[in-house]
Amino acid sequence: MAKLNMVQAINLALDEMMAEDPSVVVLGEDVGVDGGVFRVTEGLIEKYGEARVIDTPLAESAIIGTAIGMALAGLKPVGEMQFCGFSYIMIPQLEGHGSRYRSRTHGQFHVPLVMRVPYGGGVRALEHHSESREASLGHFPGVKVVIPSGPRNARSLMRASILDPDPVVYMEPKRSYRAFKEDVPEAPETVEIGKAQVVQEGTDITVIAWGAMMHTTKKAVEEIRQARGASIELIDLLTISPMDTETICASVRKTGRLAVVQEAPLSFGPASEIIATVNDHALMHLEAPVKRVSGYDVVTPYFGRENLYMPTVGRARRGIEEVLDF
Amino acid sequence: MPMKELDTFRVSYLSILDEDANVDKELEPKLKKPELIELYRQMVWARRTDERMLKLQRQGRIGTFGPSTGQEAAQCAVAFAMKEQDWFAGAFREHGVRLLRGETLTRQLVYYNGQEEGNINEGSANPRNLPISVIVGAQPLHAVGLAYAMRLQGEKETCAVTFMGDGATSEGDFHEAMNFAAVWNLPVLFVVQNNQWAISVPRSKQTKSATIAQKAIAYGMPGVQVDGNDALAVYVAASEALERGRRGEGPTLIEAVTYRLMMHTTADDQYKYRTKEEEELWWRRDPLVRFRAYLEAKKFWSEKDQEALEEEYKVEIEKQVKAFEGMSGWKPDAPFDHVFGTKHERIEAQRREFLAEIAKEADRG
Repeated sequence: MAKLNMVQAINLALDEMMAEDPSVVVLGEDVGVDGGVFRVTEGLIEKYGEARVIDTPLAESAIIGTAIGMALAGLKPVGEMQFCGFSYIMIPQLEGHGSRYRSRTHGQFHVPLVMRVPYGGGVRALEHHSESREASLGHFPGVKVVIPSGPRNARSLMRASILDPDPVVYMEPKRSYRAFKEDVPEAPETVEIGKAQVVQEGTDITVIAWGAMMHTTKKAVEEIRQARGASIELIDLLTISPMDTETICASVRKTGRLAVVQEAPLSFGPASEIIATVNDHALMHLEAPVKRVSGYDVVTPYFGRENLYMPTVGRARRGIEEVLDF
Repeated sequence: MPMKELDTFRVSYLSILDEDANVDKELEPKLKKPELIELYRQMVWARRTDERMLKLQRQGRIGTFGPSTGQEAAQCAVAFAMKEQDWFAGAFREHGVRLLRGETLTRQLVYYNGQEEGNINEGSANPRNLPISVIVGAQPLHAVGLAYAMRLQGEKETCAVTFMGDGATSEGDFHEAMNFAAVWNLPVLFVVQNNQWAISVPRSKQTKSATIAQKAIAYGMPGVQVDGNDALAVYVAASEALERGRRGEGPTLIEAVTYRLMMHTTADDQYKYRTKEEEELWWRRDPLVRFRAYLEAKKFWSEKDQEALEEEYKVEIEKQVKAFEGMSGWKPDAPFDHVFGTKHERIEAQRREFLAEIAKEADRG
């Protein structure tokens, strides 16, 4: 058992997978000698060499495009998009090919690649570095989108992502990179992609969050528990797509109330999909309208204002209580 | 300080068999009679199947496709130079390459009749043929990744060959692929079939470069322009490029100057943007005609051989079309099988709904 932060935990997972499987390669801008701008790939080039830890020229489409080719030939590439804002360039290759080789050839070719995308606000970064665009990626059939919320599940999700036979976009909430440490067991763990996790059981309301918002939401939930003793079921979504209908709906059937906390813009976001899913399968169990505590439909402001725009513990608490009090 | 010349660059053009079937004896490749005949047979097979597909499309028996007529030398001669273990990452007009590397007419018809099953490599098809790539210029990057994987996996003698058109050379991915391949010194052969037209946009509006071949210079790799309707020149250029790759000397760009004798796809009317006179000019440069004349001059081929070949292909095409028309029973929910390699309830729930819905649709009659 070691206490690790998220950067160390992802690094550990990459290290473990590269040691276990010679077909795992890491590629991206500054991932080698520099160890990545967030140091997530630090030390890997020394251990595995520059043939497997590849400092690429500066071209995002080529990072994913060549990774697709590598994956078609049996490698398991883990590519890095340095920041979420630069990751849109990967979409033509991801949607056009990464997600399609399997269906295009009815399973003869498939693309087991992972694209790491540091995302989200809260680190006082430059423009284009702070968006939360998981919903847009979740809209592409054939692509899996996962988001860890802490060091332990960051490691298990990375392992699951590399072992997965299909393209996985692994989004890293960079506000959580070094925000806190967690006990991470000695032996590698894995999780099932497509499964949400009930992190705290409760009976009065279901609250769903993911990524950096899990940390914010946990604090809000704890405040509410202390203030009024409410029994809150907290779910860490972990996989944006394919979304875990069962865990979400089983919880809502039990509690009858739901609030979702997301950093992403309000419209067409994952929260909307969660609500539609509940509509399909558990509407009659609802005792109150579902609340979305969300980012706004504005271009992510530069860091001078970003904290005003991201859901805070206070906003999350008020949103959850609004549903509890209905 | 006077300006100092840092470097000078040259672009070469290779032609061996000209449009009047004159051969440059010095450059002529040392191919034996059976090899030359095989290459010719493959080019004729590509042409005859293309013609038949066009008829089938006009009869509504298959959907839209992009004919390859006129580009047989640019395609077949490269494929002829490739080895079994080489990867092929093509676009959507390389029927000549696909057929030569073992794909059947039947399966092309299956694909162009709207079924992904036509992309599955089975039987004689080379398992290292990637499927058709419709997005212009995207697949060269896959070839670069394939070549990288080959080297890492110890297959140092394996090349990746990628095809694209003149239009694709304006795409960013083309340039990124050239750059990555060169920086990584990979055995990738980029074949640009400069067929003069990207749908309605002529080569002159595509790039200000005097040649496409010269774009290689900026990336630090050899580039050569060849007469793309001259199967011998294409074969020689491709063979040299592949050998360089196998020796660990990196990628090459070949610009094969050719012409798309037909429409862009069957949904296109080429006379909206070009003339029949221009096409006539290029029909006189037909790669099949000059290659046949070359074989006949060598006494390797005769009118009788041609008649026998035409009859053989007529029968074979009928057989393969029949095989295609006898196929049915495509699994309607196959797309649900191939979203992911793992099962997910969210997808499975939608499959159940889909099957129930199509059953109800069938009941409505």
